Amino acid sequence: MIDPREVLDTLRMIDLEKLDVRTITMGISLLGCVSDDAERLSRRVYDTVTTRAERLVSVGEEIEREFGVPIVNKRISVTPVALITGALSDPVPVARALDRAAKATGVHFIGGYAALAQKGMTTADRALIESLPEALSETERVCSAVNVASTRAGIDMDAIALCGKAVKDISLRTAAQDGFGCAKLVVFANAVEDNPFMAGAFHGPGEGDWSINVGVSGPGVVKRALENMRGAPCDEVAEQIKRTAFRVTRVGQMVAREAARRLGAPFGIVDLSLAPTPAQGDSVARILEEIGLDVCGGPGSTAALALLNDAVKKGGVMASSHVGGLSGAFIPLSEDIGMIEAAERGALCLEKLEAMTCVCSVGLDMIALPGEVTWQTISAIIADEAAIGVVNNKTTGARLIPVPGKKAGDVVEFGGLFGRAPILPVKEYSAERFMSRGGRIPAPLTGVRN
Amino acid sequence: MSDNHPETDAYRAARRRETTAVVTVLGRDQKGIIAKTSGILYECGVNILDLNQTILDDVFNMVMLVDVSGADFNAVQERLTQLGDAIGQQIRIQRAAIFDAMHRV
Repeated sequence: MIDPREVLDTLRMIDLEKLDVRTITMGISLLGCVSDDAERLSRRVYDTVTTRAERLVSVGEEIEREFGVPIVNKRISVTPVALITGALSDPVPVARALDRAAKATGVHFIGGYAALAQKGMTTADRALIESLPEALSETERVCSAVNVASTRAGIDMDAIALCGKAVKDISLRTAAQDGFGCAKLVVFANAVEDNPFMAGAFHGPGEGDWSINVGVSGPGVVKRALENMRGAPCDEVAEQIKRTAFRVTRVGQMVAREAARRLGAPFGIVDLSLAPTPAQGDSVARILEEIGLDVCGGPGSTAALALLNDAVKKGGVMASSHVGGLSGAFIPLSEDIGMIEAAERGALCLEKLEAMTCVCSVGLDMIALPGEVTWQTISAIIADEAAIGVVNNKTTGARLIPVPGKKAGDVVEFGGLFGRAPILPVKEYSAERFMSRGGRIPAPLTGVRN
Repeated sequence: MSDNHPETDAYRAARRRETTAVVTVLGRDQKGIIAKTSGILYECGVNILDLNQTILDDVFNMVMLVDVSGADFNAVQERLTQLGDAIGQQIRIQRAAIFDAMHRV
């Protein structure tokens, strides 16, 4: 039996409401590549990635065509590179090998030029963080993550200082692209090992040889579903979001299973995320406005986002056999037309965004800052965001882009899925003395759970 | 209406099979849409299992459940797309699993 209404319903979601699978990400372990010879290690990395992911893009396109659901990105995540470069003095050749492998397999981004430094940095971690300006300015498709804090370990302020300096330096080195290199680096607290979304994706050391992880999306579908609910109480709004998230996630689960089957790789997780794009009708901010805010960023934004985020998770969990990754609503500033417009109107400021990150995934994402902002200020913003993650036992990240030569109120255009960003003003008061302390902020009591 | 179609074992089995697909045609009503579409399906060796067609506000929409086990999916898809372009209709073929995923628990 076919119910034509259901069929047409699905087509409407895909055609008009931009329902899509945001990414199929193949996680690949590089632990077997380890060597004390940079050239040999790089060659093994290239060979491992290109062999495992040889058919990733073609299989993704096949599924897209046969099932009629857009799969926007096909991507690769690898073992945090600092875990395999312990015997090298310079990890950059590995970044170049990853870049070549990404081009050879046809993926737009490869994540995992990463270090896990939440409780201290190994020599390799430090070398990797210090190499970020060179690696991210000289490669095109390599993305990077540094985990600087966790609820169990506390906050590594030395790593945060290094990351702040790296962000500043990457911005200057990629000044010709308005500091775009910084869009390829996420500084995390409580980073997850199976996140399929860039720029922060990596294949954690607890993972197997390889896996298929899928990130779903669908803010437009949720917005549309709520248009029939005007005036309804919040519990009904939550129920409607759950129902919608369930359907969206079922599609993601089906695609994930199918991709894993066709590639012969283990199915990892489905990430239940509402990931916006700069396209009209694909905005998380617009959902909050549909819930009842005049403009995203005004009073009520945090509560509306909390409702949305929780309902998305509850609806999605039932629809997938393995849920993981970041799983929640994303609020990247430059990648969401509603967020962009709210910031341009002055309704959305850095501090309100920070508050909103307390109740959603992931954090301060794609935030353009004035070019003159100091590394200490960048580090202090990262530390604030890390503290939110650590204390609330959740993932938070910071993807901050100081734009050389621009000041608050200017607009920078990154293009494509990265969108455009109004430069947000940053309070001028210095955190220099705080950042010069270094050391580690102890783990909070919530981290002592056994 | 296939709304009232008895959900027989045979239908359920067909749905479960990976070879089941859904053909949809959307566009302005005109003569011969079903004939042309089913002609191509016949030529490609595709078996039609169920068909539902309505005209709403002069918009023709047809939903067909088909079995593609004897056919080359890509070839069918290509020919249907060409036909759609030629007669100004949006013709799609999709594996049925996506509709099951979204609407059946």
